[in-house]
Amino acid sequence: MNLTLKVWRQKNPKSAGKLETYQVKNISSEMSFLEMFDVLNEQLILEGKEPIAFDHDCREGICGMCSMFINGQAHGPWQQNTTCQLHMRAFKDGDTIVVEPWRSKAFPVIKDLVVDRSAFDRIIQAGGYISVNTGNAVDANAIPIDKKDADHAFMAAACIGCGACVATCKNGSAMLFVGAKVSQLALLPQGAPERESRVLNMVAQMDKEGFGNCTNTYACEAECPKGISVANIARLNSEYLKAGLSSEEK
Amino acid sequence: MAFTGLFLITFLIVHAGINSSIFLNDNGETFNEFAHFMSHNWIVRFLEIGLFAGLFLHIIQGFLLWKQNSDARPVKYLVNKQSSNSKWYSRSMGILGSLLLLFLVIHVSHFFVGTKVALYSGDKPHNLYDEMKEVFSNLWIVILYLAGVFSLFWHLYHGFHSAFQSLGIHHKKYIPIIRTIGTGYAVIICLLFALMPLAFYLGWLA
Ligand code: SF4
Ligand code: FES
Repeated sequence: MNLTLKVWRQKNPKSAGKLETYQVKNISSEMSFLEMFDVLNEQLILEGKEPIAFDHDCREGICGMCSMFINGQAHGPWQQNTTCQLHMRAFKDGDTIVVEPWRSKAFPVIKDLVVDRSAFDRIIQAGGYISVNTGNAVDANAIPIDKKDADHAFMAAACIGCGACVATCKNGSAMLFVGAKVSQLALLPQGAPERESRVLNMVAQMDKEGFGNCTNTYACEAECPKGISVANIARLNSEYLKAGLSSEEK
Repeated sequence: MAFTGLFLITFLIVHAGINSSIFLNDNGETFNEFAHFMSHNWIVRFLEIGLFAGLFLHIIQGFLLWKQNSDARPVKYLVNKQSSNSKWYSRSMGILGSLLLLFLVIHVSHFFVGTKVALYSGDKPHNLYDEMKEVFSNLWIVILYLAGVFSLFWHLYHGFHSAFQSLGIHHKKYIPIIRTIGTGYAVIICLLFALMPLAFYLGWLA
């Protein structure tokens, strides 16, 4: 299929960017969206032009690097899907596709479609350590955990930190991400010792990074490639309220 | 937002409940008695201060929320298909709330100010029922009130369950219950409020 692409080009964090229009031809419907970008970049290199910078790593939907806002949707039109797993059969011959970077104050554009998501890393760091015994590894099933809790913790831990929730949210809020990161430990006995300080510190860091506030539109859940539930946001809220009321930390 | 919102939600129950006494069709006797009680009882007067404080706080919080949230995305998307992932009213709480505030200014100037002036100038007891009759004889005002109720409906429809989510109450068992109560609440309250100007204008009441 032949497509018209309108891609956001921006030299560096400080320069103003704009959409550039490109044509790609003979794109197979079995290609992934990123492979289509590879074809375009090869074409640009042959033409002596600067290729488009975009993030990617695993290309199998697990690293969360491939941030692209495609035709007004994070990771494109498919649900519970990353850009690398989006295939060209999602489009038709002759389509025009607009590709923009994640837009958030906390995720500044580095170049073209690449944004700096280290705000997420700093939030995770703010969560701090988890107390565990050193020495020999304990037996896998030494600590009894309710199957339901284990399942919910596991589902929260499926978050790949891609930032689609922030990119999609009209408020640029990171509550789904932070909710998932708080939940995966709050639900397990291993996360209990630092439960209060963790949620307080992570939320404080989240606010410091300049993310917006949640107004419960639930757009994040709809666009999350891992289907992280907004129940995690409610859990974050209740963990935060409880910790705020009972903790001695400020 | 959630705390003040829930507080205002309880106020609306009282407001709609008392006002519904106009539907008794007793020429506003019961309603005027209620109105007299509400404007003279000291506990109610005290609660009234709380109500305005709550409303004021809700507005301030809403404004700060809007400011912080629009700052969080300095460069907007050129193409954004929001309708694919969320409902229009959930994204429009700020604008719906602003419309409500505009409506409230008009509403307070219609009914609240007059009552207070009558109360302090020591005139004969204010007949609020007659005042309603008069105000709602104007078609444009009736349309304005219906528009106000429209904004209120969507504001409540999203706000009710949203408040519980913000307070961290999210449970498989309770979510459907909260949703149902929220929808029922928004429908009943707004239906009652919408019927009031209509009933006067269409001459359903004596
Ligand atoms: S919650 Fe979902 S959308 Fe947000 S960072 Fe994690 S995986 Fe990505
Ligand atoms: S490149 Fe790793 S998730 Fe897409």
